Amino acid sequence: MATTEVERRRGQLAALSIAAVVILIGVPLWWRTTETYRAWLPVSQIQELANLQLQLSADVEVVFARGTVTPEQQKKVPLTLTQDDEHVVDEDTALRYRYETRYRTATIMEEDALNQPTAAEADLSLHTLSESPCGSLVVYVIPESSSLLPEDVDVYVGQRRTALLRIGAQTRVGRTLEQLLSHLEPRVKQVLQVMSFSHTDITAALSDRVRLSPGNKESIADSMRAFKSSPGYEITFSLLNPDPKSHRLHWDIEGAVQTYIQPLLRKLAPLANFSIDSQTLYYAMLGVNPRFDSSRSAYTLNSDSLAHVINPVEARLGSNAASSNPVLNFLLYVPDAHHSPLHINDHKKQEVPSNAFHSPRWGGIMVYNVNDFYGPEAAFPVDINIDMAKVMGVFLAQLRLLLGVQSSAPPPRFLVAPCSSAGIADWELDRLMWSRSVENIATATTTITSLAQLLDQIGNIVINDNIAQQVSSAVTSLQLAVAELESGNLRFALQYSKEAILASERAFFDPSLLHLLYFPDDQKFAIYIPLFLPMCVPILLSLLKIVSDARQRRREKHAKAD
Amino acid sequence: MKILTLWSLFSTYLLASSLNIENHAAQFFSSGHTNNWAVLVCTSRFWFNYRHVANTLSVYRSVKRLGIPDSHIVLMLADDMACNHRNPKPATVFSHKNMELNVYGDDVEVDYRGYEVTVENFLRVLTGRLPPSTPRSKRLLSDDRSNILIYLTGHGGNGFLKFQDSEEISNVELADAFEQMWQKRRYNELLFIIDTCQGASMYERFYSPNLMALASSQVGEDSLSHQPDLAIGVHLMDRYTFYLLEFLEDIHPASKTNMNDLFKVCPKSQCVSTPGHRTDLFLRDPGSVLITDFFGSVRKVEITMETINLTDPIEQVEQSPVNGELQKERNSYVDQLPVSEIIHQKPKQRDWHPPDGFILGLWTLILLVFFKTLAFQETAVGSKPPYRVQ
Repeated sequence: MATTEVERRRGQLAALSIAAVVILIGVPLWWRTTETYRAWLPVSQIQELANLQLQLSADVEVVFARGTVTPEQQKKVPLTLTQDDEHVVDEDTALRYRYETRYRTATIMEEDALNQPTAAEADLSLHTLSESPCGSLVVYVIPESSSLLPEDVDVYVGQRRTALLRIGAQTRVGRTLEQLLSHLEPRVKQVLQVMSFSHTDITAALSDRVRLSPGNKESIADSMRAFKSSPGYEITFSLLNPDPKSHRLHWDIEGAVQTYIQPLLRKLAPLANFSIDSQTLYYAMLGVNPRFDSSRSAYTLNSDSLAHVINPVEARLGSNAASSNPVLNFLLYVPDAHHSPLHINDHKKQEVPSNAFHSPRWGGIMVYNVNDFYGPEAAFPVDINIDMAKVMGVFLAQLRLLLGVQSSAPPPRFLVAPCSSAGIADWELDRLMWSRSVENIATATTTITSLAQLLDQIGNIVINDNIAQQVSSAVTSLQLAVAELESGNLRFALQYSKEAILASERAFFDPSLLHLLYFPDDQKFAIYIPLFLPMCVPILLSLLKIVSDARQRRREKHAKAD
Repeated sequence: MKILTLWSLFSTYLLASSLNIENHAAQFFSSGHTNNWAVLVCTSRFWFNYRHVANTLSVYRSVKRLGIPDSHIVLMLADDMACNHRNPKPATVFSHKNMELNVYGDDVEVDYRGYEVTVENFLRVLTGRLPPSTPRSKRLLSDDRSNILIYLTGHGGNGFLKFQDSEEISNVELADAFEQMWQKRRYNELLFIIDTCQGASMYERFYSPNLMALASSQVGEDSLSHQPDLAIGVHLMDRYTFYLLEFLEDIHPASKTNMNDLFKVCPKSQCVSTPGHRTDLFLRDPGSVLITDFFGSVRKVEITMETINLTDPIEQVEQSPVNGELQKERNSYVDQLPVSEIIHQKPKQRDWHPPDGFILGLWTLILLVFFKTLAFQETAVGSKPPYRVQ
């Protein structure tokens, strides 16, 4: 009898110890070995960034030339004025534009410079006096009687960061300083909108974040035309020669790129890396048949058929397959001898002077007629040297459009200086830098917040240390970029925003973040039940038996006691 | 009087021409996309699934004909039918009986072939999470102004699509992948076409905007194949894709057919199954969406109005070198097949492993026999057993 008691005790002890091992060691061990490694992410900072409050600061210096203010008013001119414009774009995004305006009168040397015969020369001599830092502007207010600007022009926008503003006639008689300043303020703001940033530009840059309802057709076209911000671009120049038997073409592409394109790309270096290559394609025809126009004795391509020109050619263009950067293609097509000269017509059936067209986010095509270079008795094939200055003039204009340098038409009574040899004016560069910084910041914040949301939703994804590090560095760069934008350091803001977008893209597109297997709940049960149930059932039953035995014994004890 | 009529004619002409331009501009930019991509996937292998490969290749051919270049098409074929041992006409894949139309042709560019077509690779292509060494042709480099066409075909069921007979993708995963594409703005509009059994179940779970979906059959129905070819011995096409192709053959790059016509393709009388479509997530009205918005690649074009006047002459690129003679380096090719090394190879030193398999069994047998005979000897001699039961 004692042995059964001993054995029963031993049995109970065994069951209890097995249960203890299972619960105390087994369950934690299973939990630790099946949990996914998730490195720590700065979720609270990401939440803060999701609510984007951007402040853009621009510095304007308004310089009064002689004849615009009276000497008494000169002494009372306030030194600085700060203005804030708030715009709420949607519930997560708010913009504030801060304009810091400094007023002063012109120095003797500036007066001399403003006495030049034309606005362009005045602009040139004003540069030699001072260099404005990136992101700031200088507006020279010149009197009504000045002969610098032609009659119908009130504002001249220079090639660097200066503008000449002519005071209107209506503020002549008995005006006070306050009247003068209040008259000037909207006009200066208009100049700022052209030269620095305007609300439409900035909201267009935020298109990744905020899907705005489409405005007018021009704004849609503008937003679709330029390439999105990218760390690098590839530019390919191709010469298409469909008729090598008649034309032997020579183009000095290396020299032309070095002289005409590289200055622009050097200036744009803070924005992105550019790589250029060129190629020549023989026997590449356009996919469209041109029509012969007897009134002009030339072949014509009308604007409707231009859209179908690109596809057959694109299949034959090679590309530098090493990187995933967007590619800009510039094609120079020399028509064959039987279809020369070839002109492009616009919607109104008029000849296009540049004989070129471009496709948004793809590139441009120019048709170069060579029939003037030789007479009818020439011996084929004819050697032809292509005039690269003309060609590059067109390609440079198209490049400016496609990179987003060119903006929409200036407001009336504005005269914008023609492009310098560098291809881009300083204020255009500033403008591009503002919109690219905002675009980068907007894209990076959207990426980071959606990544955080994704990782939160799906509990099974492993978050490695490198992803966490990229996310942290992206968050830090974003915070720095927003701070630099607030203080008006445009170059640093752009640099930080580029770092932020690189880090966030790398984190989002990391190959290890693929949540491949979707486990519905019934499949999870189906996997775990055959493993755990056979083990748990005997333990549970023996525990139940122990409990029922203990209860029975207590009842017996009670019965005995009674 | 004459002046009045002249003036009214003039003004109507002006009005008409300006309206025309306005219409033109409106039509031009009504779709909001600047480039087109296509992802065409065939998910089944084995010879009897010939029709799935033919489906995908026919859609590929139509899409190329309408203008999308190979660099913008990601073609995934899970098996190679053209060079299959059982193909009586090697290097061809026919889509019509009596071998009328060879869809394999000369310029087919398959980006993912054979065992590379997996659920993982498909999702990686869609979400963009490819390893950095992936070449450009295997990536979907779309941006926020791309219209993407996705075509899937294979064997499917209620809520899943079978890949390679060994794994499956569920409709939840597909919907999540599209949502990730939307979060990163990897598409402007997306058209999803699926030709499998119970195909409509695959688009039930979509929740991202700007998605339009078509399927060849409803939940509970099977998609059927079209016609067998007796010479090749398998079914050549599926019904839905066959009639879809007939419809697409009438489309040319400038045609103005819209999506409502595409929904009417293959009614129940021809298809036996009921094709379905889903447009509630799409922002535009399907009647205003052109077929060529997804299947073709009609570029937007603008005339270049401005040019820049460049006056600097081209500076000559400096010629090298500084010293008179050019340094010539002798370069030589690496030996592609080092024959001499292979012939005079010494036998490799292999690491010692403990014996396994047959040798182990043999030694075990020998040892057993040895000890058995030893024991036998001992008992025969009469030694005492180690213990005795009392």
